[in-house]
Amino acid sequence: MHYDVSVLAHYFPYFLPAAWMTLQVTVLGIALGLALGLGTAFLQLSPRLALNGPARLYIYVIRGTPLLLQLLFIYYGLRGVLGLAAVPSAVLALGVHNGAYIAVIFAGAIRSISGGQMEAARSLGMTHARAMRRIILPQALKRAVPPLGNQFIIALKDSSLASTITINELLLKSQQLASSNFMMMEMLTIAALFYLLYTGLFTVLFRRVERRLEAGGYA
Amino acid sequence: MIEIRGLHKYFGDNHVLRGVDMTVGQSEVVVVIGASGSGKSTLLRCVNKLERFRKGEVRIRGEVVPEDERAINRMRTHVGMVFQHFNLFPHMTVLGNVMEGPVQVKGVPRAQARRTGLGYLEKVGLGDKVDAYPGMLSGGQKQRVAIARALAMEPDAMLFDEPTSALDPELVGEVLGVMRELAAEGMTMMVVTHEMGFAREVADTVYFMDEGVVVEQGPPERIFETPEQPRTREFLAQIL
Repeated sequence: MHYDVSVLAHYFPYFLPAAWMTLQVTVLGIALGLALGLGTAFLQLSPRLALNGPARLYIYVIRGTPLLLQLLFIYYGLRGVLGLAAVPSAVLALGVHNGAYIAVIFAGAIRSISGGQMEAARSLGMTHARAMRRIILPQALKRAVPPLGNQFIIALKDSSLASTITINELLLKSQQLASSNFMMMEMLTIAALFYLLYTGLFTVLFRRVERRLEAGGYA
Repeated sequence: MIEIRGLHKYFGDNHVLRGVDMTVGQSEVVVVIGASGSGKSTLLRCVNKLERFRKGEVRIRGEVVPEDERAINRMRTHVGMVFQHFNLFPHMTVLGNVMEGPVQVKGVPRAQARRTGLGYLEKVGLGDKVDAYPGMLSGGQKQRVAIARALAMEPDAMLFDEPTSALDPELVGEVLGVMRELAAEGMTMMVVTHEMGFAREVADTVYFMDEGVVVEQGPPERIFETPEQPRTREFLAQIL
């Protein structure tokens, strides 16, 4: 097998727009996923079936079907209803998909805070909402950071599925170039390097967030 | 200050409080003793409605608190509570813990809450720990912060739910010391505890509970020296 290291640098710039596209789809998808996830977590924790029922159904459906199917469903299946272009479709699919996983992360983190914290806050006369905001959430968010970091890295790599709906992100770019220059391994290497770069950045960023939260000095 | 009349509480089918009457007068220290499972902690938690009950009533300052979230929250600002496991807010400093209630619930300006908070921390002997986080404190220190946090709301009465049960033996004294001081200053207190020495020395009235009812009540000398009920005698014989 022929592998030409020297072409890597040459083709690197060709990937920049695709790298930017991957980052956009990922970050917007995560942002949507965070919003959906936090909202769903609260619904899921509600004792009322009318609230936790839909939340659990959403999580069940999304976790129970492949992201690729969801992506195709939104882009092709719902084309007549939503009429979304490829990029918004990918952001929506990635957001809805990650929302379910992030909901589970948030709900678990909130549940992991001892009931005594809520009782202490309520015994001071706080409303449930204020106790949640001032006492429970700050502690729960801290616990959610490591699994969230993990989920974000998964979302980054999952964004490659957007290549199937014509989005010119890193993976599709590598395929397109390889189909004309026949250097499949080299093109995939460049795409991989970009993914690793992003993953590394995410990891550093998250470690910094964790350390800042740790600076509070609490257990 | 606190009047409990005919209180019944169920956990599912489990009838844990079977018609309890209790009165805590202004500046009175009531100590509730009894074996674990006798319902004494549940009773205490019914006073500020951390537990809801099915039958009976609790009057605070002569008023029945309606089953309404806002009324309950308002009542809680007048009734401080100290928990067995401290339940300090770990993401806030010691001073932050003490300021949280006044600032968030009563709308006290931060500067003023800081001043009163520092005063109460000084009072419980932790004036040098204001910037520490709860994770850095000993159990006894944590519980004293919890007492200061409750006091900072300037409550009319204080509820203590086994405040020394989670402490290492050598740390019990510092917490009881603070509570003794509070009692001497005329704070109305309802204390659930296993510390018989404290009950004997500080209580105005001791209630002995067993299986969800008050078996016997009276001044500590009488309860401890000449208990009338066999169940009280049995309990005291076991622990003294």
